[in-house]
Amino acid sequence: MVIMVNGQKTEFKEEVLKIPELLEKIKIDSPDMVTVEVNGEIIYKASYPTFVIKDGDSIEFLYFMGGGANGDRI
Amino acid sequence: MRFTESQIERYSRHIILKQVGVKGQEKILDAKVLIIGAGGLGSPAALYLAAAGVGQIGIVDQDVVEISNLQRQVIHFTPDIGKKKVESAREKINQINPDVKVTTYFDRVNAENILQIINDYDFIIDGTDNFSAKFLINDACVFAKKPFSHGGILRFQGQTLTFTPDSTCYRCIFDQPPPKGSVPTCSQAGILGAVAGILGTIQASEALKYIVGIGELLTNKLLTFDALNMEFRTINLKRNSNCPICGVNPVITKLQDYEQPVCDLKR
Repeated sequence: MVIMVNGQKTEFKEEVLKIPELLEKIKIDSPDMVTVEVNGEIIYKASYPTFVIKDGDSIEFLYFMGGGANGDRI
Repeated sequence: MRFTESQIERYSRHIILKQVGVKGQEKILDAKVLIIGAGGLGSPAALYLAAAGVGQIGIVDQDVVEISNLQRQVIHFTPDIGKKKVESAREKINQINPDVKVTTYFDRVNAENILQIINDYDFIIDGTDNFSAKFLINDACVFAKKPFSHGGILRFQGQTLTFTPDSTCYRCIFDQPPPKGSVPTCSQAGILGAVAGILGTIQASEALKYIVGIGELLTNKLLTFDALNMEFRTINLKRNSNCPICGVNPVITKLQDYEQPVCDLKR
């Protein structure tokens, strides 16, 4: 299947992927820190294991960003 | 015309913008903006809003200036080390622009005080450093129907969205704070100072656009950028019907404080 990942065309040999499988394949650094938007809809974590990504889908990874330096202080 | 001659000169580059003009500058002078956190984001935001002539600026922060802040928190100077950040910020704002009335809150926002603090303001800037405060600010602004600008930064990256009542809120994207221990602040911490400046300045621009009523805000959008390749992307968002606070069946009906992750590079 061919999907858009953060605006980039990306090809996978699988025909479908569940969200945890996609996160694994894309080697997301901190899966706990990411929310997935599929075709404009935000998918909450509880639905990841059952949500199926298929050919033509457009995926955005949205990251938690809080603090930077000095502990959790910005 | 209510401006003094010196105000006409001071704000001339705003006034000649046809989208701002005299009327827009008057709105700015009448506006009240609250900046929560006088750090990497709050510093540039406060400097630009002060220079712009925002009539009242509130600043909430419970920290004192440390030497490690100075790499990015540009409202604080070396002689300010040890001073309350809210006082240091007030002094600079007064020096930039005596038109601005500054109110300081030497405190942290929490579930008890936040609604009362934000109540006096037209627009809120989230310049905080932790998820507990970010979720609290979102929830309070959703409840109180106050517009706010969310900002987050990490290493070379930043993200921001603007909330106005009935637009996509922070919880529409992130239903709850990340699990404990997963916050990449300890091992992967760090921030290029100028990245905080870019983001805080975007937040100040959003506040000014909201006040004057011009342009398109970053509502129902998340702007993300990566300074390493200087790539900016805008991701369209829509409200989430499952959102725990603004969705169809909201489960969050009162404010709550989350425990803050403990992480300090100095340890």
